[in-house]
Amino acid sequence: MAGVGSACLTIGLFAALYAAGASVYGALNRRREWVSSGRRAIYCLAALCLVAFAILEAAFLRTDLSFALVAEGSSTDTPTFYKVTALWATQDGSLLLWATLLSLFSSAVLFLTRRTLRDIAPWATAVLGVVAAFFLLLMVGWENPFGTLAVAPQEGAGLNPLLRHPAMMIHPPMLYTGYVGFSIPFAFAVGALITRRTGADWIRATRRFALVAWTFLGTGIMLGALWSYTELGWGGYWAWDPVENASLMPWLVGTAFIHSIMVQEKRGLLKVWNVSLICATFVLALLGTFLVRSGILESIHAFGASTIGVQFLLFIATVIAASAALILWRLPDLRSEAKLDSLVSREAFFLLNNLVLVGLCLVILWGTFFPLISEALTGTEESVGPPWFNRLTTPLALALVLLTGIGPVLAWRKVTPSALRRILLVPVAATLAALAGLLAFTNAADSPASLAMFCFVAFVLTVVAQEFWRGASARRTMTGEAWPRALARLLGRNRRRYGGYLVHAGIAVLFLGVAASSAFLEQRDVRLSPGDSFEIDGYQVTYREATARLGGDSSGTGAPIAFGAVLDVRKDGKHFTLRPSRNFYSSADPSLGTISRFFEGEATSEVDVRWGLRKDLWLAVRPDISALEKPIAEADANFADTPGDVQALIIAALAERYRNDPPPAAFRAIASPLVAWIWIGGAIAVLGALVAMWPTPEARLRRVRAIYSARLGKELSRA
Amino acid sequence: MEYALALLVLAALVAVAVSLPLRRGGEEERRDATRIEELSAAKEAKYREIRDAELDHRMGKLSEADWRAVDRDLRGEAIEILRELDRLEGRSPQERA
Amino acid sequence: MDPSRKRKLRLVIFLAAALLLATALVYTSFSASTEASKPSEVQPGQSYEMTGKVVNDSIERDGDELRFRVRDRDGTESVAVLYSGVVPDPFREGREVIVEGELKKGTFVAERDSLVTKCPSKFTKEKEGQSS
Repeated sequence: MAGVGSACLTIGLFAALYAAGASVYGALNRRREWVSSGRRAIYCLAALCLVAFAILEAAFLRTDLSFALVAEGSSTDTPTFYKVTALWATQDGSLLLWATLLSLFSSAVLFLTRRTLRDIAPWATAVLGVVAAFFLLLMVGWENPFGTLAVAPQEGAGLNPLLRHPAMMIHPPMLYTGYVGFSIPFAFAVGALITRRTGADWIRATRRFALVAWTFLGTGIMLGALWSYTELGWGGYWAWDPVENASLMPWLVGTAFIHSIMVQEKRGLLKVWNVSLICATFVLALLGTFLVRSGILESIHAFGASTIGVQFLLFIATVIAASAALILWRLPDLRSEAKLDSLVSREAFFLLNNLVLVGLCLVILWGTFFPLISEALTGTEESVGPPWFNRLTTPLALALVLLTGIGPVLAWRKVTPSALRRILLVPVAATLAALAGLLAFTNAADSPASLAMFCFVAFVLTVVAQEFWRGASARRTMTGEAWPRALARLLGRNRRRYGGYLVHAGIAVLFLGVAASSAFLEQRDVRLSPGDSFEIDGYQVTYREATARLGGDSSGTGAPIAFGAVLDVRKDGKHFTLRPSRNFYSSADPSLGTISRFFEGEATSEVDVRWGLRKDLWLAVRPDISALEKPIAEADANFADTPGDVQALIIAALAERYRNDPPPAAFRAIASPLVAWIWIGGAIAVLGALVAMWPTPEARLRRVRAIYSARLGKELSRA
Repeated sequence: MEYALALLVLAALVAVAVSLPLRRGGEEERRDATRIEELSAAKEAKYREIRDAELDHRMGKLSEADWRAVDRDLRGEAIEILRELDRLEGRSPQERA
Repeated sequence: MDPSRKRKLRLVIFLAAALLLATALVYTSFSASTEASKPSEVQPGQSYEMTGKVVNDSIERDGDELRFRVRDRDGTESVAVLYSGVVPDPFREGREVIVEGELKKGTFVAERDSLVTKCPSKFTKEKEGQSS
């Protein structure tokens, strides 16, 4: 079957190239049938990619070790869920996922626009075809997922235990959906530029794709943060690592894009800005994909020996050059249709928000690439760490949150100043009240930045609540509905606006969590023997006993051995237990002794967290197994060639030994306030995005259309 | 060889699929059709703007005077779109209502 | 103020803000950065972010402290490291690590929690604490 999969990719490459060629030919010669043919080629590409993906997934599911990829990324003892997801944990598999998602999304958008945008669509097809061809070329030429091994090994390498976490496995598809999603507006922007149809049509057709992309990318980023928090032994959710930054940058610019296209839709402004922004978003998405695969930055991702780094770099450089050239060439067609009337308008503040977002992106870009920049400028490679990132992004983040509160208050074109004063009254009062309350009852003043953030968050939430209230009131005066119905109707009929407000509220809550948890956390690193206890943030934590478990991994990751601890936690009459542990996976290294092999493979921290709305208590343990080194060495010597069940008995004996007489273990405890609100805020934002992107039913539109049509018609006939 | 066979079969399938429109022959290029679709979309968007402005007024963001001005502009733009649509669809204004 | 003057003023403000941001970026990054280096390059008296491979059989644990040697990726020159803090999960001999610290009396004394271990295979992510 590997041959079939490989053939799918090869034919797919030609289909993609044909799609590009046929579409361009059809567009230039005004021959619809060639455009149609090109579009069909994309549909074929999607089918081919799906078949290839299915073949590979099937190989993973039955652990067909003749597939090199399966041998490299999975094993017979990898749990089924992780077998499925191991496909995209590998370089080649992830390229296939990218290509598959791209071809599917492309097919969707081309199908939806097959009767509209007849000028732009062929060029968009060509762009999408070229991008798809690039990814397929990478696979066909260098990183073929369907490579086979002449002699299938007995056992595969297994999925890296660190990745055996649900969040980490859903994370790549989410990110790729985001990256791919942004390719669609990019392709249509290019088409719009080439055909000089630089009005809002390309935006209207691809707006939803941009929103979907934004949502998935944001979710992917949050899942990565969640994974970092719950899986890694350091207890943080964001480390400003180059790979994390690489996914955040397109998201920031994508957020700016979603806002600025509204300005073009409504007022015909910011045309140059919009096309530049989507090109930048796409480039950053490619960069995000590429950064994880290259060795150009000293990140924890050691892909130093990557075979496709150069190709990606060349492709990105080509895209940048071509986009810039195209924009400059069509600059005359990108003139604004109107002028910015008033600074106290949505347009003006959207522009401001764009500047802040782009500013944030530039800061992160600078910091991420600083090693390369400094090397180029000064000859020595230097790098900046999280303190620098935090220092520079905090003021911008504060500005951003403030703007998310001001935007909803304004209207398009202008707001009457007296009206503005009246509308801001309650939110400003609420903010001042929050400030007073925080100063009086909490130690929030210890961190001025956090204090400011808390106040701004109060502002945003009040504004959003007020908008909902006023909107529902306005409906009630018109229709006399009851409150719940008015709210539901309001949301239903103004999905974009009120969905957007929900997103703002969610983001504000998210920043509330970020500010609180980063500024006010308490952390302790201790070494304890059973019976010892320590205190953290008012919690009394006692190490009750050690645990050692074989097989039956409760977290579902297939770990053979887990050493851990049971800790009792008490505070204010509350009592609960935490059970952190450390999973030990076996190594396949034949140079190690039979028994020590079980302890020398990868090891992961299984953190235990007591989630709370007000505070999280996070605990990780690092058992000290050095005391077992001698018995393990003895076992290696005496029981080198024993069968599996005897080995199990020996391991059980060792585990028992650890359990009964554990040496002091290292613990890290972190009490961080309001962390849960980061995830809650994110969920609210996603909900808001779903509301905003949900299509309004046709029937309602037609009714409204008819009403207005009649009125306008009457006026027209009178004129 | 599995690969070569699959290559041929898939190539044939794809070739058939993409050549279908070519064999059907050239379709008439109706430039107008595109324009009508685009104008319809623009019209919907304009109607949404008119409704939004009215909501803003009811919510107190726009004073009566300001709203009337904005509403007038928006309706003017909507009328332009409708005029263009009528022209392309070949109907007179009276027929539309 | 007539519209064109207003527009010019806005442009000036925008450019000024951009310039301010750029200056802040450049100034703060160069002053807050640490130099990346290989074990063969570290000199006493300056803090570095050292990257290299953990030398086989060099890992010793002494209570809270961890001692190991780090050598150049392609080379044999190595430096002794003294580290305390969170040890990343993939930390093993032969793996590539990044650690921040300063060379003191022949031993590279690492900043607490600054040890980062790269995972040998693609697509794995691992990062442990960063001193703040």
